Amino acid sequence: MTVHKNLQINKEGRLKHFLSTEGLSRELLTEILDNAENFAGVGERAVKKVPLLRGKTIANLFFEPSTRTRTTFELAAKRLSADVLNINIESSATKKGESLLDTLQTLEAMHCDMFVVRHANSGAAHFIASLVSSGVRIVNAGDGRHAHPTQAMLDAFTVRRHKGSFSGLKIAIVGDIMHSRVARSEIHAFNTLGVKELRVIAPKTLIPAYMSALGVKVFHNIDAGLKDVDAVIMLRLQNERMQGALLPSADEFFKMYGLTEKRLENAHPDVMVLHPGPINRGVEIDSDVADGARSVILEQVSYGIAIRMAVMSMCMGGSE
Amino acid sequence: MAVIEKNKAIEAIISVMATDLKTYLEERNRKNVVIVGVHTGGVWVAERLHKLLKVKDPLGELNIAFYRDDFSQIGMHPSVAPSNLPFDVDGRDIVLVDDILYTGRTIRAALNELFDYGRPASVTLTVLVDRCEQELPFKADVVGTTMSLLKGEHVKLTGPKTLSLVTK
Repeated sequence: MTVHKNLQINKEGRLKHFLSTEGLSRELLTEILDNAENFAGVGERAVKKVPLLRGKTIANLFFEPSTRTRTTFELAAKRLSADVLNINIESSATKKGESLLDTLQTLEAMHCDMFVVRHANSGAAHFIASLVSSGVRIVNAGDGRHAHPTQAMLDAFTVRRHKGSFSGLKIAIVGDIMHSRVARSEIHAFNTLGVKELRVIAPKTLIPAYMSALGVKVFHNIDAGLKDVDAVIMLRLQNERMQGALLPSADEFFKMYGLTEKRLENAHPDVMVLHPGPINRGVEIDSDVADGARSVILEQVSYGIAIRMAVMSMCMGGSE
Repeated sequence: MAVIEKNKAIEAIISVMATDLKTYLEERNRKNVVIVGVHTGGVWVAERLHKLLKVKDPLGELNIAFYRDDFSQIGMHPSVAPSNLPFDVDGRDIVLVDDILYTGRTIRAALNELFDYGRPASVTLTVLVDRCEQELPFKADVVGTTMSLLKGEHVKLTGPKTLSLVTK
């Protein structure tokens, strides 16, 4: 992974590409959160724009469908005054057989300064970052099962806004850890930011064997796992996982792992509930919880814009 | 690094500035006054003027990091506290306060940011130190003191409790 580490950071140690939360220092992650704090106020002003990236062009390259991530990236870029291209890969030349490299070179020839990439293959963003010419920046908007670093940072931002700091916190991530790029990015981010205890809660079939090596406590029983936690991050149960015999049924999953008000009684009284969305009501989370006072799910969406503004401007500002 | 003005002298300069500012605003019939300081040193001076002028509205603070003209050369500046204007800017007589007026680029950035919050009736530029070397067409309305320095020399306000002007 050393190659990837170097790829994200320039000679002065500043952020160049944002591909993964893994291998970035606490100082850098904290700088992202601090910058996002400043950007969070921009959305509340008369003019919801700052001129930081005026004259820059950012292309959203989504090889996988997405609504909220793509929209918040687009809004973030627009609030930084950049011009935004949304490339719908489904109906683009890739469908006609153009290779990824040719697509990239075509966009580079149009003088794009940054690509925001979502791809079904793990490592796609790293791959693209290693191919593009030196002036172009890459932000990973989710690659396969590997990483979704801006989601992890916006969750960290949401937690810090409510709890102030990370050092005393117990945080639990619940659900399909195995297939979740969000979980992986969160584990690296929260551990680097120094939470007191990080837990993962899921059935054995949905937790990879190497989990405890990442510095997390593994629980298969949700009631034990939720004991005294300050924040619960629920993950979406991806329906396609049902087919691989990893789970008996959605109903069964809800019975065993679904987050309900009753189960939350075990947690710290001020527990907050996060979910990267889209939520499956009645599968991983009960409606009462999703719409309840402890839920910060909609706040996460707003903070997503601030985090993406911070990451984009930090990557664009640094030298090569 | 050399200290050129100490706390007492600076507080004295600021109280004269407050008097000048009051006169300046009265002469122009600017009554709907709010005070806005530019981070970081400008806020310290603004806090004192705010108290001396007994302005009712809370103090505004501008962090011009997102409006700087050197972003593409040097990237993001380490962030200080975010901008906070806890009042409606529309129609107000803004007193914009900074510690040092040098090239004028900070003032350009601050004005741009200010106008993204609304349309003030007027802006009165107030600075503690005027180096008289502007590269842009800005002139302060109220000046604490002027200073001429050699090329490459810098003057900085340190604080926030005890203010000193230091050169390096």
